[in-house]
Amino acid sequence: MDERDAYGQEQHDHRRFVARVVLSLVLLAAVLGLIGWHTASLQVGAHEHYTTLSENNRLRIEPIAPSRGVIRDRNGVLLAGNRASYQLEVTVEQADDLDRLLERLEDFVELSDADLERFRRGVEQRRPFQPVLLKAGLDDETVAHLAVSRHELPGVEIEARPMRYYPAGEAFTHVVGYVGRITREDLQRVDQRAYAGVSHIGKTGIEQHYEELLHGRPGHRQVEVNAQGRTIRELEVSPPTAGTDIHLTLDYNLQLAARRALGDQRGAIVAIEPASGDVLAMVSAPGFDAEPFVKGQSQEEFSALRDHPGRPLFNRVLHGQYPPGSTIKPIVALAGLHEEATTADREMFARGYYQIPGHERRYRDWRREGHGLVDMSRAIAVSSDVYFYDLAHDMGIDRITPMLEAFGIGEPTGIDLSGERTGIRPGRDWKRATHGTVWYPGETLITAIGQGYMLSTPLQMADFTTTLANRGERVSPRLLRAMGDGREQEIGETLLPDYRQPVALDEAHWDVIHESLVEAVHEPHGTAWGGVGSTRPEYTIAGKTGTSQVFSLGEDEEYDEDELARHLWDHALFTGYAPADNPQIAVAVLVEHGGSGGRVAAPKAREVMDAWLLGGGGMRLPVEEAGE
Amino acid sequence: MISVTGRELSAGQWALRSLRMDGTLLILLSLLLMLGLVVLFSATGESLAALENQVLRIGFGVAAMLVIAQIPVRVLRLIAPWLFVAGLVLLVAVLFFGEIGKGARRWLDTGLVRFQPSEIMKLAVPMMTAWYLSLRQGAPRARDLAVVLPIILVPVWLIMEQPDLGTAMLVGVAGLLVVFLAGLSWRWFTGLGALVAAAAPVLWLQMHDYQRQRVLTLFNPESDPLGTGYHIIQSQIAIGSGGFYGKGWLNGTQSQLDFLPERSTDFIFAVYAEEFGFMGVLLLLALYFAIVARGLWLASLAQDRFARLLGGSISLTFAVYMVVNIGMVTGLLPVVGVPLPLVSYGGTSLVTLMVAFGILMSIASEKRLVNR
Repeated sequence: MDERDAYGQEQHDHRRFVARVVLSLVLLAAVLGLIGWHTASLQVGAHEHYTTLSENNRLRIEPIAPSRGVIRDRNGVLLAGNRASYQLEVTVEQADDLDRLLERLEDFVELSDADLERFRRGVEQRRPFQPVLLKAGLDDETVAHLAVSRHELPGVEIEARPMRYYPAGEAFTHVVGYVGRITREDLQRVDQRAYAGVSHIGKTGIEQHYEELLHGRPGHRQVEVNAQGRTIRELEVSPPTAGTDIHLTLDYNLQLAARRALGDQRGAIVAIEPASGDVLAMVSAPGFDAEPFVKGQSQEEFSALRDHPGRPLFNRVLHGQYPPGSTIKPIVALAGLHEEATTADREMFARGYYQIPGHERRYRDWRREGHGLVDMSRAIAVSSDVYFYDLAHDMGIDRITPMLEAFGIGEPTGIDLSGERTGIRPGRDWKRATHGTVWYPGETLITAIGQGYMLSTPLQMADFTTTLANRGERVSPRLLRAMGDGREQEIGETLLPDYRQPVALDEAHWDVIHESLVEAVHEPHGTAWGGVGSTRPEYTIAGKTGTSQVFSLGEDEEYDEDELARHLWDHALFTGYAPADNPQIAVAVLVEHGGSGGRVAAPKAREVMDAWLLGGGGMRLPVEEAGE
Repeated sequence: MISVTGRELSAGQWALRSLRMDGTLLILLSLLLMLGLVVLFSATGESLAALENQVLRIGFGVAAMLVIAQIPVRVLRLIAPWLFVAGLVLLVAVLFFGEIGKGARRWLDTGLVRFQPSEIMKLAVPMMTAWYLSLRQGAPRARDLAVVLPIILVPVWLIMEQPDLGTAMLVGVAGLLVVFLAGLSWRWFTGLGALVAAAAPVLWLQMHDYQRQRVLTLFNPESDPLGTGYHIIQSQIAIGSGGFYGKGWLNGTQSQLDFLPERSTDFIFAVYAEEFGFMGVLLLLALYFAIVARGLWLASLAQDRFARLLGGSISLTFAVYMVVNIGMVTGLLPVVGVPLPLVSYGGTSLVTLMVAFGILMSIASEKRLVNR
């Protein structure tokens, strides 16, 4: 194409463009004409009709909040319910003088700065004639006083609204969670229409995790209002759909027993039914009362709770990560047997310390005089550190880490709660990735006794104890047992357990571990003998004590509780299951800075096991087994 | 170079002259923006905070427009493909990492700014289409369509995945308008129309429930008085009761008593129609028409095909926004979440539109340089 053709083509394209532009303008004019005509027909033609609608038939749609599903324990005991709460509301348009009204109301109720601030915000955002919340959770006396004086207080209304409450108390707050006022951030996440007319949303625990199930769907009410916007009558109602009731796997009595066992100590207890993965009890102590979070609390009240030295808001079960200490030894022993690094019968002389051949450094045993001649069973029962140092040194970290992984160390358990921590499963790759350095042989030794880098949550400890009880079969711990059909205390079909990749090992290996765990509790040389075995429980317990170091001692120093500040005391641990040959319950106990696992943690596990196997609503344990 | 008209110009005058912009368009846009603020004040229940927000956004938008207007068209043309590719990457990113809000995944949070990549596509798609067609001459032929249709439809599909039906449609329209202005034969439009008709059932199956609901309510708003239909019924009551002269500023009972949903955003036209009546509506429509006509005029003066097609598409897309919104509010078209351009409360659409007008002004200035 030469220059002139190109120019001609360009001219041609330009003309075509202009033609299309003119056509577009004509079309646009036509469309605007149509819109104009249509608008004229609305505004001029049907003006009378619409004026009538606007004047007389003012329809308004009001949302009706759904009632939230209740939460019950496995036997139908109410853990979270709804009850009417009286609240004081003000319709600003009807108050003659808002400031004077507020002043007068001070005689009846105490109005905090937070109340007033929320009220002012509400006033700004309200629709005309919409009542604005001033104070929630009025007591009966105040309601009575206000009701009597209402005629002197124009614009004041007392409304009964459903309010979440938690009758089971602070032992349940961490696991059940609570609802709180919907914040701007919450609204970003959810479908706003599904929360029309709803003031609260699940913030933590089960309340948060099963929010969608519990919430339900709001309904609508079509009302006719007068020229001032006041409701005259209701025209049409589409009722809300109530949220689903849910039943947890928790047992109310067992949870309280676990809470009692911890007393005023800080710690966590998790109990799991091995066959199903049902979490029977899950306690983090200290707990806290959920009510202020539902009703709203001042910044000072919240700060006091948050900064309390006991850290009550901290859910130790899910978020606390602790060295598992000696409770990890059965898993290391299984690794040794599976990898054929040792046999159950091989004996060694366990002194008070261990040295890597060719190295000076002494790795101390918790017992300075050592344990003498031990085989695997005895090494677990007496919790010989030296035996495991030696085994670990023979194996090397690369043959230990896979077994830790098989038991779920460093992995989420998959429980139906949000924010679970995974702990740390140390190994060569992990160290390179996080520290950028090589793995040292000495680190293998302390890993084998659950110290060093390894961290685990109390939930994980209960989880691997369940795996031990199940001889390798792994069920995911779970809290949701059934979804109710709305009828009182009726438990629907229970959900099926969720199985994970099992730990497939020789039956003989399981037998060894099992027996050594029984030995640890029921034989006089066992570490849990003094705390549990010597009192002759009515059933056989398989368990492992642990004492995890918070404070490192020098090679030659002696650990002495009396001389150390309490916050440097070791964490006391116990993991175990019972009855040993037919496990009904697996328990993990952690007591922060509790000291000795055998003396402090093991008896608490026993209390929980007693409550489940012997106490409560009748004997859960067949009588003939109980005598064993 | 200072002496253009034979007399000396002061430095200030010279700076003003050399500022690339179109005075007529600026005046028309300013009128519309000011009218918008007046309505918005009423629609938000006389909220000064909302007014202040919107004024800030408008200020930002006008600044963006003037800055963009200084960019020569050849630079715009140069970056068109890159902008398009970047937009595509961001659209894919939003599908994977986007923030979820109201059942859709539209926002991308880079830590620094939070934005909707689909907004970029409102400009990138017509730019890319115009870029490609400006490499060719004559009316687009079959093989041109084979290139251009994917350029338009891939982003449209990605945006529909979010899902954001309204924006997807507007992006598609912006691209197709370029093809239309390039002189695509009518036979193709008939074919495309047939294709759309054939694809409609498939599209229906792809739609989300809420989108189907909107389409169904279009044909019979009264069928769903509690849901989507409520919007239309209340907005028609508002418009209709406005009458010829309107109820007066701040006096619209439908709007003020909160019968009208989304009254400061998508349904602001109903507030305007209630308070300013049919007279006001005619004034607004005339203003919109004038802006579109001025834009098309500027585009048709451009010597460069890329500039011409892009400018024409920008002007006509603006017209489509307005028609879709007003059509929706008056009940002629289905409820699609499209704001009334330059009037509705909100920043995203406003800034995108002002950037688009910046491009139009850049195109207008190019023409001036050639002519003088």
